[in-house]
Amino acid sequence: MPVSELNGQKIWQRRDRPTAIKHWLMWLVGTLIVLWCWQIISDATTWAFVRDSPEQAMQLIARMFPPNVAYAPTLVRPLWDTLNIATLGSIMGVAIALPISFLAATNTTPHPIVRSIALLMIVTSRSINSLIWALLLVAILGPGLLAGVLAIGLRSIGFVGKLFFEAIEEIDREPVEAVTATGASELQVLSYGIVPQVLPTFVGVSVFRWDINIRESTVLGLVGAGGIGVQLSAAVNGLQWGRVCTIFIVIFLMVLFSEWVSAKARKEII
Amino acid sequence: MTSPAAKPRSWSPPPLIPNPWWRWGLGLGAIGYLVIALSTLNVNWARVATGLTRGTRLLSGLLQPDFMSRWGDIQAGILESLTMTVVATVLGVVISIPVGFGAARNIAPTPIYLFCRALITISRTFQEVIIAILFVVMMGFGPLAGVLTLGFTTIGFLSKLLAEDIEEINAGQAEAIRATGASWLQIMTYGVLPQVMPRLVGLSVYRFDINLRESAVVGVVGAGGIGATLQTAFNRYEFDTAGAILLIIIALVMVTELTSVFIRRRVQ
Repeated sequence: MPVSELNGQKIWQRRDRPTAIKHWLMWLVGTLIVLWCWQIISDATTWAFVRDSPEQAMQLIARMFPPNVAYAPTLVRPLWDTLNIATLGSIMGVAIALPISFLAATNTTPHPIVRSIALLMIVTSRSINSLIWALLLVAILGPGLLAGVLAIGLRSIGFVGKLFFEAIEEIDREPVEAVTATGASELQVLSYGIVPQVLPTFVGVSVFRWDINIRESTVLGLVGAGGIGVQLSAAVNGLQWGRVCTIFIVIFLMVLFSEWVSAKARKEII
Repeated sequence: MTSPAAKPRSWSPPPLIPNPWWRWGLGLGAIGYLVIALSTLNVNWARVATGLTRGTRLLSGLLQPDFMSRWGDIQAGILESLTMTVVATVLGVVISIPVGFGAARNIAPTPIYLFCRALITISRTFQEVIIAILFVVMMGFGPLAGVLTLGFTTIGFLSKLLAEDIEEINAGQAEAIRATGASWLQIMTYGVLPQVMPRLVGLSVYRFDINLRESAVVGVVGAGGIGATLQTAFNRYEFDTAGAILLIIIALVMVTELTSVFIRRRVQ
């Protein structure tokens, strides 16, 4: 701990001088970078619009309330579609992520090259947001639920696959060795030595991803991939803010419900 | 002494759900749901068939990306995405520290606790894009709406995890600081903050990573960033340009992810 003396009194300091200067320089550079970034954003902003934003916000809230309750019954079908997109997409994602994760885990992969290919698939799927996957699939397949399901599925592969293969890499080696010692085939080692150890994590991760997917699938409709986002987009473009408010409330309830289901299910399993 | 030879026995693993009624019921329910859900998909197979040729064009676009013909747009979009990410992350972290302290049961008074928890719930429930729509309506098109969106969603993420961490701190250290006669602010800075600092840094870096990914999306509703360029490319069916943008996004995300993993390993 560096101590300096001033007029015969010892002064305690946290860092010695060179380290302190280094820290200050890092803060300075960081602040400059943030300010420079802010400058760019500020140049691209029309400040006249921002200045009257409090007024806009008040008007928006005034138009949103009361929510258009009569509109709610027509939302049942889009909600059902949203639920289906999330669920079918999650099932698809998990089904594809399962083999990939076994190929990507260091202790179960057949070959390092196979492992890097599997890792590449996981990273690609993770880097691209489900909305971008949806944009891409709508361009290819045309608007509809199928594009939404596939978008959610493709995005889920990376998330689920990453957590799956990390779980496989963390297993206890001894049960695997014990099963191998009985003369079991590789498939038997997998199903009796490895799968029982990772199954709870697998189920937990899948349910967690389903929960996230419910949230994601509410906006896929904005690019035409089905679900309640289609209605949201129509209401926003038509400036029907009463309907928008109803949709927000419905989405809020649905997300709370899915979070509750997922938390409950994960508690049961773990 | 002879003992009768052991009879060959067979064994099968116990079923996952012991109660057979539940087991079969859940299985049948799942199959029933799948049948109903798949039947509501309404797939237009003719459209899919024509789409497949487009799919191959997209794939060839990804393999032969065209960086040059719209380089100006791409460059501006990427720069905007990056600057939005930086500003939004800093803004979000700065706000989420007080909110996180307010949402920790062990140090916040009940009214503040409830307020902060409500804020976190709202921020976490709605998808980034939905919040972006609202900010675009209020602030006009442009990256400022994107910054505010990402900043707002950062608060929900970071404050929640920070609050959970604060709730698990070692109370003894804060108590020791209090015993020296420290004020409330001093207790927080010297007794609580040092205990959660490593995790706070790690989470902030992780959130930077997430914000970069999300900044590619909010552009779809007009909140700035590379998303708008990407959507335009798809709408014009310029798959080679779209492929180039996707590759740039993937590369950027990979770089930040590796950096973020590196920093988090060093901090924790």
